[in-house]
Amino acid sequence: MKKLMLVLFASVTMAANLSAQNFFTRDGKIKFDATAANSPEKIEALSKTATCVLKTTDGAMQWAVLFKSFTFEKTLMGEHFNENYVESSKYPKATFTGKITNLQEVNLTKDGTYNAVVTGKMSVHGVTKDVTTNGAITVGGGMIKINAGFTLNLADYNIDIPSLVSDKVAHDVKILIDAPLKPMN
Amino acid sequence: MKKIYLLLAFLIPVSLVAQDDLLSLLGEDKTIDYATASFKTNRVVNGHSIENTAAGVLDFKISHRFTPLRQGIYDLFGLDGASIRFGLDYGINDRLMIGVGRSTREKMFDGFAKFKILRQSTGARNMPITLSYLTDVQIKSVKFADQTRENHFSDRLFYTHQLLIGRKFGERLSLQLMPTLVHRNLTTTPDDKNDVFAAGIAGRFKLTKRVAFNIEYYYVPEGQIVTDYTNCLSVGFDIETGGHVFQLHFTNSADMNYKGFITETTEPWFYEGADGNMLSGIRFGFNISRVFTLKKPKGLE
Repeated sequence: MKKLMLVLFASVTMAANLSAQNFFTRDGKIKFDATAANSPEKIEALSKTATCVLKTTDGAMQWAVLFKSFTFEKTLMGEHFNENYVESSKYPKATFTGKITNLQEVNLTKDGTYNAVVTGKMSVHGVTKDVTTNGAITVGGGMIKINAGFTLNLADYNIDIPSLVSDKVAHDVKILIDAPLKPMN
Repeated sequence: MKKIYLLLAFLIPVSLVAQDDLLSLLGEDKTIDYATASFKTNRVVNGHSIENTAAGVLDFKISHRFTPLRQGIYDLFGLDGASIRFGLDYGINDRLMIGVGRSTREKMFDGFAKFKILRQSTGARNMPITLSYLTDVQIKSVKFADQTRENHFSDRLFYTHQLLIGRKFGERLSLQLMPTLVHRNLTTTPDDKNDVFAAGIAGRFKLTKRVAFNIEYYYVPEGQIVTDYTNCLSVGFDIETGGHVFQLHFTNSADMNYKGFITETTEPWFYEGADGNMLSGIRFGFNISRVFTLKKPKGLE
């Protein structure tokens, strides 16, 4: 009986600990810029509803953003983005599942700003690729803030840019991420 | 046994966290996913589609309907004669749009408002259809044919009320039904009804990412119009190139206004002429739409 109590106690505290060690957001910002070098118009979009969960114990993280949540300067661009490029009715979201690989240099429990290296799998338009990128992680005020920027090659994800618009739409898309994560209870 | 269950109950949270899918901890997605781009533009061919011009966007439309193809090479298959409409549409918000236009036929001015009552969606809200209401007024400004009779300004007015009930079935196919009422203040003969009911059906089939096939048919039940008329059938292709949509079509109506193509279309696609020869009322036509963003969407940093 004593043993059983011990096991019970251990699992209760473990569960409590683990749930406090997850940080999350539902309103992360993801911005992308697909403007070609000599394009007459800016092709930029912003989503304010990216979701992310980060597990502080092992640095595992998962991201998702709905393509339809991106707002463009011109509504028609958004329609083309969803209909012709990412085909959001077939592939509604972009996801990333990965891990902070230099966790020995990133102390997620101590205030400070750290350079993190994140490696994982990115899924866009039905294609999954291994991705490694650097980002800044700021721990402070009970929050964990993630800032990152990287480039994504559209051809890698089978997204065609027709020659008609190749002077406007870049083949490499710059992506910026800004997400403050709150502790999950 | 009870104890084991208890133990299991405590272990469940652990196993949840241990699995790979961290995002599942956030629970269900609570967003509403609206069906978009059921049609390429807010018109099918002559009549409206369930689509609206987006909020803050101005859509300039130039439309032509030529004379029948049967004129042959002498008239370049009808291209020598054209009926023209210029129009401006504007999206006030996600649900309401307005528009004005001017047509060469009967020197017609028109204005309309279209409101989305229901929007097809999945996710947090399931709505199987899109339902829009359209109201349209047309003002014939051509001089009265008979100057000797007493003519009133109200004689120049025509009204349309239309419900558009549509659904996007998957990625390629969209269908809509359009019960329509056209009110004519003045009719050609006293036996013609002032109120004409019509039932419209239209569809869109996406052939490629940038080309779609459209069909539109308006059926007018008999007994409402005694003067010569026939139902209007139109088929066409939508071709999208960046900010333009080119709609190229074949139709048997020379008119692009509701009162015209519903109550005054006279030549069927194929019919027997007075001399017994087969004739065709098919005309070539196009709508070109060019959009300009006047007001940028809010929330862009």
